[in-house]
Amino acid sequence: MAAPLVRIVSKSCRQICRPWGPCQAGWRSSLSSRPAPDVASDQSVSFPPLQTFSEEESMMREAVKKYAQERIAPFVSKMDENSAMDEEVIKSLFEQGLMGIEIDPEYNGTGSSFFSSILVIEELAKVDASVAVLCDIQNTLINTLFANLGTPAQKEQYLSRLSTDTVGSFCLSEAESGSDAFALKTRADKHKDYYIINGSKMWISNAEHAGVFLVMANVDPSAGYRGITCFIVDRDTEGLEIGKKENKLGLRASSTCPLNFDNVKVPEKNILGQVGHGYKYAIGMLNEGRIGIAAQMIGLAQGCFDNTVPYTRQRVQFGKRIFDFQGMQHQIAHVATQLEAARLLTYNAARLKEAGRPFIKEACMAKYFTSEVATLTTSKCIEWMGGVGFTKDYPIEKYYRDCKIGTIYEGTTNVQLSTMAKFIDKEYDY
Amino acid sequence: MHFWARTVNIFSTFHLKTWSRSACQCHNQIRVKPDNSSVVTDGVKHSMNPFCEIAVEEAVKLKEKKLIKEVVAVSCGPQQAQETIRTALAMGADRGIHVEVSGKDYETLGPLQVSKIMAALAKKEEAQLVILGKQAIDDDCNQTGQMTAALLDWPQGTFASEVAFDGDKIKVVREIDGGLETIMISSPAVITADLRLNTPRYATLPNIMKAKKKKIANVKPADLGVDLTSRLEVLRVDEPPQREAGVKVETVDDLVSKLKDAGRL
Repeated sequence: MAAPLVRIVSKSCRQICRPWGPCQAGWRSSLSSRPAPDVASDQSVSFPPLQTFSEEESMMREAVKKYAQERIAPFVSKMDENSAMDEEVIKSLFEQGLMGIEIDPEYNGTGSSFFSSILVIEELAKVDASVAVLCDIQNTLINTLFANLGTPAQKEQYLSRLSTDTVGSFCLSEAESGSDAFALKTRADKHKDYYIINGSKMWISNAEHAGVFLVMANVDPSAGYRGITCFIVDRDTEGLEIGKKENKLGLRASSTCPLNFDNVKVPEKNILGQVGHGYKYAIGMLNEGRIGIAAQMIGLAQGCFDNTVPYTRQRVQFGKRIFDFQGMQHQIAHVATQLEAARLLTYNAARLKEAGRPFIKEACMAKYFTSEVATLTTSKCIEWMGGVGFTKDYPIEKYYRDCKIGTIYEGTTNVQLSTMAKFIDKEYDY
Repeated sequence: MHFWARTVNIFSTFHLKTWSRSACQCHNQIRVKPDNSSVVTDGVKHSMNPFCEIAVEEAVKLKEKKLIKEVVAVSCGPQQAQETIRTALAMGADRGIHVEVSGKDYETLGPLQVSKIMAALAKKEEAQLVILGKQAIDDDCNQTGQMTAALLDWPQGTFASEVAFDGDKIKVVREIDGGLETIMISSPAVITADLRLNTPRYATLPNIMKAKKKKIANVKPADLGVDLTSRLEVLRVDEPPQREAGVKVETVDDLVSKLKDAGRL
């Protein structure tokens, strides 16, 4: 299926000090073999647990935790009810430097690492998964594409804006092509030094607030997916119409809109990367975005869990805390184990990616597993809360509604499983 | 008491030192150790004392107004105190000083010892202003600022809710029981921050990254010639008595007789 991951080394992939001795080598192995790096026996290399963070990562996490509690939590309920992200929240995300985590300070970014983004997304999701997804798309999809593929002129024009005040949107899916992404029908016809885009996109996140759109369109349908090209389209381009946002079950504060392209004129210089290579970029980027979604799901699940356990310790029935009933204890411990496993899968996938080692299978596993765990956790949490869990007065039901999209977007569970199976198949190829 | 690390910012020639210290987070459940010797601090999350955050914010604000040249954040305590200093650096302090105090010394570290350290550092760094939080939220001592001023023989503006520079004097509006008191003090001086002085800023992610490059110097109390022996011995720590259920009475006469029985009347 997917072509091998196309990776273009850029500033955003630089190595930052890791406690992983062997991983500093950063070498790549081919897909069919999966050796672990050898550690010379006389080296005193330590193997710290996965929950080991650099000082920078810890500080980022603490700062975002505090910020999310104080600046986002008060808005969550209202945003969910009105199905609208508060402008204040978006503004404060930019102010805190959360929208350009990996962008170089030269472009007003924070200049931190991929793992920091993962921690940030996790912390945001503990409070509101919609805000987390806005931040995730910006950081792991939009910024990464620009940083890896942008020409100096494109980076100059867009990266500063993306880190300071402009939300980005990634437009791949269409009404007739979701999982079958490369069957997209949006066309880009070449004329001299510009292209005319016609077609429509669906399920586009962030569309309501986005100032720039990365649009996947086919310049040569006869070439099949090898004609797919990535175009940069500014919001105010004539012919671009942003439709009414969907009325969703969950992640309601995150805008999801259809887009219509009616003879949208895009100059040739607005092509990101190379013509006909769009499919590679999409896959490559979605492989990384997958880890971001895993972080979102684990944050969501943990936030739900953290809001529920205190209740079980307080609520008394039949003369004791409901937490003290063995049945409850077993369920709670089981869910806690799943959460831990999901988190470790996510952290490990992120560390693998940072180390430049193969990570696609692990990323799929992380996304698949965390979305399943989120579904289990939120469902159980409502049960443990009893009647109040079912009411909107408590935040638990929102987590339950929000988690469902996790098994669907950025690659459905079935797609993840099939991808993993392909890797497993190759592993036994010798 | 024990689980703090103070950070001090001193500023001199408008070189400001603020002192911030870490304290047990206020939403932690506090438990007394089984031997009643002190409160359990192992595994308890510490973060910068809220009043110290306000002190750091004030210092950074003064620097932004170009009224002072440099903000130095100081903290006393074990290795973890460095985190508190880093937070202050991420808020805008220029450099940090970590006064290493650990083990038994740390357990008995009290306002007197800290203020001696502060005073020594203030002299060494030639600071013109020392800003501290008014008190730590774990022990509520409210002594360090005052003691520091006394040791340095500097004027003090405590419980400050407003600080302004007026020529070579400092105008401090203090929150007192009766309302607000405005005083003029000359510099060098010690100020302690109260709740309404300002609203501390968040350490934005880019600032956290910048803070990584800022220096934190390591200093031992012995280097400053400070004797850390405590003059206090904690005999016993007890939890507050468990709240007992109340008793309802039907008439006023019943109430009076119950109060008499309890020896209250």
